[in-house]
Amino acid sequence: MASLDKADASGPLALRKSAALWLSQYGTLLALVLLIAFNLVFTPNFATWQTLNINLTQVSTIVIVAIGMTLVIGSGGIDLSVGSLMAIAGALAPLLFLNLIVEFPNIWIGVALAFTLPVLLAGLFGLFNGWLITRYKVQPIVATLILFIAGRGIAQSFTNSNQVIFTTPEYQFIGLGRVFGIPVQVIIMAVVVALAAWALRRTIFGKHVLAVGGNEAAARLAGVRVDRIKRQVYAISGICSGIAGLIVIARNSAADSNLVGLGVELDAIAAVAVGGTLLTGGRATIIGTLVGALIIQLVRFTLLANGVPDAAALVVKAGLIIVAVWLQRRVTV
Amino acid sequence: MNSILRFGRGQGVLIALALLILFGAWRYDNFLGLFNVLTFLRYNSMFALIALGMCFVIMTGGIDLSVGSTAAMSSVIAAYLSPYGLLPGAAAGAAAGLMVGMLNGILITRMDILPFIATLATMLAASGTGLLVAGNQSIGVSYDSGFTAIGQGDFLGFPIPAWIAIVAFLLGSLALNFLAFGRQVLAVGGGEDAARLMGLPVDRVKFMVYSLSGLLSGLAGVQLAAQFGAGQPTEGVGWELFAIASVVVGGTLLTGGVGSVGATLSGVLLLGLVFNILNFENGMGFVSLRAHWQSIVRGAFLLLVVIVQSRLAQKVRARGHAGST
Repeated sequence: MASLDKADASGPLALRKSAALWLSQYGTLLALVLLIAFNLVFTPNFATWQTLNINLTQVSTIVIVAIGMTLVIGSGGIDLSVGSLMAIAGALAPLLFLNLIVEFPNIWIGVALAFTLPVLLAGLFGLFNGWLITRYKVQPIVATLILFIAGRGIAQSFTNSNQVIFTTPEYQFIGLGRVFGIPVQVIIMAVVVALAAWALRRTIFGKHVLAVGGNEAAARLAGVRVDRIKRQVYAISGICSGIAGLIVIARNSAADSNLVGLGVELDAIAAVAVGGTLLTGGRATIIGTLVGALIIQLVRFTLLANGVPDAAALVVKAGLIIVAVWLQRRVTV
Repeated sequence: MNSILRFGRGQGVLIALALLILFGAWRYDNFLGLFNVLTFLRYNSMFALIALGMCFVIMTGGIDLSVGSTAAMSSVIAAYLSPYGLLPGAAAGAAAGLMVGMLNGILITRMDILPFIATLATMLAASGTGLLVAGNQSIGVSYDSGFTAIGQGDFLGFPIPAWIAIVAFLLGSLALNFLAFGRQVLAVGGGEDAARLMGLPVDRVKFMVYSLSGLLSGLAGVQLAAQFGAGQPTEGVGWELFAIASVVVGGTLLTGGVGSVGATLSGVLLLGLVFNILNFENGMGFVSLRAHWQSIVRGAFLLLVVIVQSRLAQKVRARGHAGST
């Protein structure tokens, strides 16, 4: 595991260690502040309400998915199926509010069902992941790979591979609406973040999730119902993905199962990693994940706003992930 | 007991493969026809190369998520150099892949970054590099220089990509079963600390498997460019997971330490056949199974294999316990 640091002198070493510790704790926040400062100086029209809204709306679905992912990773697992579950929720919702399955007498019934049933379905698929992992002892990466592969097909089977285009303001409120000038999806994101941060820090559930991720055998011996906790975190991850899927199709005015949530698992994992959650489980931070996602988003925005092509932004993102993980890694040494 | 388990793992996928082929031959005319078989092998050989590299990586207990975008990047670079002939194009593509693989190896062994996250980062980097080099478009290959032979050509009536895959799998199987390197790979996967204590060059083994995986991904990229006549920077999405699925279907444990090169090949063929059979089913015109069914069936296959494997493992564990107490 951790090898001893080949030390030079003790004085500078202690200094370096405390500096490294400080960097790992506040490094992500510092990076975010530096990024914002950089933009304030160099990016024209950065300090505007519009820029803030653009960045927050673009990042909201990734944050919501990444919150579920944080819990999963905190429990020592991983969830590759999030993008497919987004597509499943996004494919089911229009069937409900467009009355394609059943004719509802009132549009609001369809819309209300479209907000709930797809999220529940995604949660059930998440539960299926958890069931595979606990019942059959399948490694999380393989168990969730199954729905990663099959899930998009399931979503497409709902709409028979067709893209569904719609204009339903009652439903699209969650993607396009605003309350007091704040986009609704940003409010949803904030609620999810607050709920998860509270659950992880202040509830027994949160403690148990980290206990399972830290040392599963010990947690089991201490009386934690390991299997139930695992099923719960995957179900929560599914629910988060479902919510994100609903927002994405509302924003796009279209449900295209080929595209909804494509590659989001990697963005979410990257946000979690940059945010400082231990990828082997046992230590997790919701706020860190939020900051991580904001950093990744802001870096991309900064590069694009300053004329750097999107492809180069990918390379920078890769470097960012490596540096962030490496900095955090040094502390455990 | 271990041998029973290994038999179940190794032969299970072969039996499933045989059943699927029998089903296809019984149900469809031309299923075993030369054209279908050769087309099938030509197309799937690039996935086979990637799965082979992935198999070695997974046997060490690691994972390589960068293979798909590495192949895409290599296809672009191969396409750029294709006017200079077959060898420069192929070598450049393979070298580009090798470089990504070596970078993975350095990140994982020198910087101590988890394979999952290190290769996730290089996946993004390779994809970005491919897009940058290609300027966000596909790059046509030269048809005059003989470059396309490596994807479209035949040798002794058999597709050249399939020859390459066969040779690669033979070499891989030899290396795994008869070379010290193969034993070391399995030892590292079985228990890294133990392998280190025994004095095995753990870091070097890891560096080599990631380099190998990168090299094979690069070769797959060369074949991609040569087969479809263009370097395609946006291809390769999801290939890494397809490769992982093939390896798992083949019975290689993701925890490392156990694995079979031959079974991985069977896994690739099995998952590829699902697609082929769906095409034939559609061709018969009774039902129209849209493309999305292929992913559902593949997922179902993976589910089945995973559950059967878990059952087998539990049985063996139970017997092992009964024997020891």
